[in-house]
Amino acid sequence: MQAIIDQYKATIRAAAEQKTPLQIRGGGTKDFYGNSVVTPSNTILDATAYCGIIDYEPTELVITARAGTRLADLEAALDQKGQMLAFEPPYFGAAATLGGCIAAGLSGPRRAAAGSVRDFVLGVRLLNGRGDDLSFGGQVMKNVAGYDVSRLMVGAMGTLGMLLEVSLKVLPKPMTGITLHMQMDEAAAIEKMNQWAGKPLPISATCYRNGGLFLRLSGAESAVRAAQLKLGGEELIEGEVFWKSVREQTHEFFQSADSLWRLSINPTTPPLSLPGEQLIEWNGGLRWLLSNENLGAVTIRKTAKDAGGHATLFRSNKPGISVFHPLDPNMMKIHCVLKEKFDPSRILNPGRLYPEI
Amino acid sequence: MSPQELVNNLRSFLPPEAVLYETEDLRPYECDGLSAYRQLPMVVVLPRTEEQIVKILKLCYATQTPVVARGAGTGLSGGALPHAQGVLLSLAKLNQIIAIDPLARMARVQPGVRNLAISEAVAAYSLYYAPDPSSQIACSIGGNVAENSGGVHCLKYGLTVHNILKLRVLTIEGECLEIGGESLDSAGYDLLALMTGSEGMLGIVTEVTVKLIPVPEKAQLVMAAFDDVHKAGNAVANVIGAGIIPAGMEMMDKITIHAVEEFLHAGYDLDAAAILLCESDGSAEEVADEINRIYAIMQQSGATKISTSQNEAERLRFWAGRKAAFPAAGRVSPDYYCMDGTIPRKHLAHVLDGIEKLSQEYGLRCMNVFHAGDGNLHPLILYDANQPGELERTEEFGGKILEMCIHAGGTITGEHGVGMEKINQMCTQFKTGELEMFHAVKAAFDPAGLLNPGKAVPTLHRCAELGAMHVHRGEEKFAELPRF
Repeated sequence: MQAIIDQYKATIRAAAEQKTPLQIRGGGTKDFYGNSVVTPSNTILDATAYCGIIDYEPTELVITARAGTRLADLEAALDQKGQMLAFEPPYFGAAATLGGCIAAGLSGPRRAAAGSVRDFVLGVRLLNGRGDDLSFGGQVMKNVAGYDVSRLMVGAMGTLGMLLEVSLKVLPKPMTGITLHMQMDEAAAIEKMNQWAGKPLPISATCYRNGGLFLRLSGAESAVRAAQLKLGGEELIEGEVFWKSVREQTHEFFQSADSLWRLSINPTTPPLSLPGEQLIEWNGGLRWLLSNENLGAVTIRKTAKDAGGHATLFRSNKPGISVFHPLDPNMMKIHCVLKEKFDPSRILNPGRLYPEI
Repeated sequence: MSPQELVNNLRSFLPPEAVLYETEDLRPYECDGLSAYRQLPMVVVLPRTEEQIVKILKLCYATQTPVVARGAGTGLSGGALPHAQGVLLSLAKLNQIIAIDPLARMARVQPGVRNLAISEAVAAYSLYYAPDPSSQIACSIGGNVAENSGGVHCLKYGLTVHNILKLRVLTIEGECLEIGGESLDSAGYDLLALMTGSEGMLGIVTEVTVKLIPVPEKAQLVMAAFDDVHKAGNAVANVIGAGIIPAGMEMMDKITIHAVEEFLHAGYDLDAAAILLCESDGSAEEVADEINRIYAIMQQSGATKISTSQNEAERLRFWAGRKAAFPAAGRVSPDYYCMDGTIPRKHLAHVLDGIEKLSQEYGLRCMNVFHAGDGNLHPLILYDANQPGELERTEEFGGKILEMCIHAGGTITGEHGVGMEKINQMCTQFKTGELEMFHAVKAAFDPAGLLNPGKAVPTLHRCAELGAMHVHRGEEKFAELPRF
């Protein structure tokens, strides 16, 4: 295994010397996500070889695995012990790897209830842009020694380092899960979801689409049934199939040729007056928007910003629009300096997140 | 700039009572919760507004004056220890809750607001702010962000980093960064995580938006006594292995049990080698289920005595002993020194054995309280500062405990921070490459190194010197010289 790391190091060091950018790539399932990496020679650094689970002890609630490990293998190992990745990361393909999951930083339906990818990251081992082999954080739940570089890697799209190993907190799978379905208009659904989120109810996911509100309840059988009585609605058979279609974007809403925007905003924001079909998750905190060509990115981004959040052009059918929400100058300045510190030759996925980094 | 010029400059835009420089006025600021380290600052400033802080920072930046931020001063690692040639920036007067949005479950507060004051202010909505460090009655939210504070409920509800949404931060140059948002994520790098736990080294937090969560319908506690620490450790693993995430899971060793029982009469079993407190919270149905399962697991794990709280008063009484562990230590000993290592739980018994051996070796008693769910161990070394050499022996003993935590695959600090106190152990926990990256991160925000200089991350030079000292242990030359 050390031989693989040595090879990664050599590749990075050679690239740094010649200032030739590298595109770090795991399973390639999220190639669509982010801006194109500026690689004239299209040099791909394949990150799949360094794979496998290093340490997993269910009673410690911690798993450590190499970044090339397939998410499916990781989740299968957890499943065997009745545990899970509580942030329900989307795969977008069977080849999805742990490293890609961390770098993309995407969380699924359970996010509003359980936390996001970064909330579960405990430690990482990485190669920076100079090929230095570095470890941050650790395998324990609480650790405040040194700056939290591990969580800084989440959502950095590989621009600060090539992930080698990741330690994650895991949680037991809930004993029971049911899905409720009820009819409601959008404004009422947004209000209800937020009201319920402020009550001690075992709601583990919410989704609103086209007049229908879906709630998933998870936990002890007794708690789930008691909540069902309070909430009403009809029980959806095969609820997990529905949530998987939302998580993996195989739901029919996502089968559109239009561009897909992801607006992450204050959950109580009333229905957005933007033209285009929408699907809502996270108690109203996540609004997926299908937009036709005529609607400007500027309008969408202003709407998201006014609602306390940001907008990402998640899947695009036309090039030329920056994928991630623009940063204000002070924030961009910090981003540029951090990039310079971790990757002085600007060779790790340059441009994938922002053109400047 | 001379101290007098600096004071005059500060007084040109701050009211007289907000600039302290007479020795007797500076004295209350000479240390934080770690009173073994004391240093008077050159000047203390007590601004009330963000605009005033901007001016203070711009002045300090222009004159290259060090700035040490301070919240309530309850920190236990010397993170707010003043700098002799610097400004101590107290954020205590920024103590307003700016806005509460019960529907969105968030509150926007100034950094000097006390942790518990947030939960009190939102109690009417049946919401609360989850992280509950033991000092929550006094500690401020700004300090919690700086230290990434936890508490007894963090296995289930997370640390500060999991419970904040947005920060307003001023850089040393006085520029404002808006980090995070009212959304569950934000664009770009996760600076919210980087800022949390950064010990005042990267910027000055002027506003915090915290996440609020619903108060659980019910909470109930199982108290189990064990005649053997190993059995208690196994019981913790068995609870987690059964798929239960307790709201709180605390362990106390024999010496702690005796110290607090004498003090409080909480009803603890004095024959026990260890006591576990295991709390369940949630809906009434959920709690009833979980408490039954926890009870059965404690039985199977060999508990000698098990009690379940029958009402809220009893639950609070069971907790009272654990929460009084620190004052109890203060009662049985003139001084105590609190450590904060975290270990993978499976090594608990081994580490406790090691601490016991060290305790005999150094001739100092040590009480152990343990956030058992998340592996965070708080050994309290009992000593008497008036006995010559005892503080030094205590510090050495503490250092050994931390090194043992590192060797067990853990960390030197779970929630108290590195500050001034654990700066040497950072050299053991991290290699040169990592320390270099920490300095690089620091330099990205504060290239001149003016914010809280000398804390949190040791210089490579210091580590090199220490390394050499370890080789020649016992024959250190020039022991009287300060080492930076």
